[in-house]
Amino acid sequence: MQSDHLISFEHVTKTFITWDGETHAVEDICFTVKEGEFVTLLGPSGCGKSTLLSILAGLIKPTNGEVFIRNEKVTGTSKHIGYMLQQDYLLGWRTIKENIFLGLEIQGQKTEQNQKRALKLLAEMGLLSYKDHYPSQLSGGMRQRVALVRTLATNPDILLLDEPFSALDYQTKLKLEDLVVDTLRRKKKTAILVTHDISEAIAMSDRIFILSPNPGRIRTVIEIPDVIRTPLPFASREVPEFQSYFQMVWKELNYS
Amino acid sequence: MKLQPLEEWLTRGKFSPEHGKYLKKERLYSFLVGVSQLVILIFFIGLWEVASTYKWIDPLLFSSPSRIWETFITMLWAGDLHQHIIATVWETVVGFLLGTILGTAIAIVIWWSKFLSRVLDPYLVVLNGMPKVALGPLFIVAFGGGFTATIAMAIAISIVITTIVVYGSFKEVDPNFIKLVQTFGAKKKQIFSKIVLPASFPTIISTLKVNVGLAWVGVIVGEFLVSKLGLGYLIIYGFQVFNFTLVFVSLFIIAICATIMYHLVQYVEKLLLKNRK
Repeated sequence: MQSDHLISFEHVTKTFITWDGETHAVEDICFTVKEGEFVTLLGPSGCGKSTLLSILAGLIKPTNGEVFIRNEKVTGTSKHIGYMLQQDYLLGWRTIKENIFLGLEIQGQKTEQNQKRALKLLAEMGLLSYKDHYPSQLSGGMRQRVALVRTLATNPDILLLDEPFSALDYQTKLKLEDLVVDTLRRKKKTAILVTHDISEAIAMSDRIFILSPNPGRIRTVIEIPDVIRTPLPFASREVPEFQSYFQMVWKELNYS
Repeated sequence: MKLQPLEEWLTRGKFSPEHGKYLKKERLYSFLVGVSQLVILIFFIGLWEVASTYKWIDPLLFSSPSRIWETFITMLWAGDLHQHIIATVWETVVGFLLGTILGTAIAIVIWWSKFLSRVLDPYLVVLNGMPKVALGPLFIVAFGGGFTATIAMAIAISIVITTIVVYGSFKEVDPNFIKLVQTFGAKKKQIFSKIVLPASFPTIISTLKVNVGLAWVGVIVGEFLVSKLGLGYLIIYGFQVFNFTLVFVSLFIIAICATIMYHLVQYVEKLLLKNRK
């Protein structure tokens, strides 16, 4: 079936089977994401948010159902996708420069042009002067910015953000939210964020999917109005409507 | 007033009078440690010499520092000592390198195949528990006396533990690093070369240090059993002709060579790991 959606999940179910038995991680998940959209999967831990990202990234196969990117079925990892993990996971034995080239190396695209592009991204993050430093010499916020550059260096269209701010202190986190949203908007990337932080979800996204746990299901979809989603995340929190949306999401999450 | 230059030397590189005091204290402390070490050495050698001269200990069994030194010099001039040293050091280096390389290679193979790792697990445990020295007689028959059998002994003693330790560190690599490169589409070979191997590098280097010691044990035991050359052979020969001075000469040379080798490995470790946190 053809559609103009960039990403579509169709009745995706994932069950993990081990010696101890089986765990229903997610069940009958259906949703679509348009090009350039910023979507958040919000829910308590254990509702299969990260599982959905791993399925979309082609790292694990769904037990049932199918996932499509640009009407092509996901069967393995794809160059369309960039994945940001909860921590920066920079390689301690490589310099910053070598770290941001990691994806290019693996995909066999370490051309002069791509290297220049990656260094330009590093400059946009204000970290060019650190290119020959080692990760241990950088602060947590700087390291996560390097991780963002590493993800963007392979030029993916879709970014999967798996709680990328959860390991940072509050101030750094707020600054990075603005930086990420600004960067992704300018580069017209599509993003799926996974988080359990309500205000982060409202401040950053265009739409929020609220998941309920055991097994993970989509309970509601909340559209964020333009007044909140147009400004950058920090400014969004100042908008009067923000509080009512916070209450709405809070109620949905606690509804049982 | 006369002590002024000494005071200046002790506080060299100071930023402030307090920093100078601190530097002086630390330097005097290091000096005291060095002097104490030297005193213990001199005292020990002196006591040994005196005890031997006045027959407090049996000089035939325990020899004496002066006789050990004399024998060492005589053998050095006679020109047959260096070939024993060279033989043993050479065997140790070869055994040490082969044991480490082969042990790591087996660890890589086991990491590659989950099935193989399950299959081989009990065999590794048994092999590790078995005293490898007991294989000596087998090596004599299989490889004949000399070089090959001695090296086989050195390898046998270090290879299993290397495999177990290195494989253990392969397994302990944070799975999130592997996930990271998988999201870029990395194949198993790339996961290994970009993540698993470099992440385990410090462990591999630290097994080098352990293996230097093990290789010495393997080579000396190997020479005990089979060789006509080398420091281990000198020890056994000295024992057989009841020349314990010769045994002590060999022991001291082994101690010195083993220390030098250990420090070389430590230096290499520093060079290779200097950029890691």
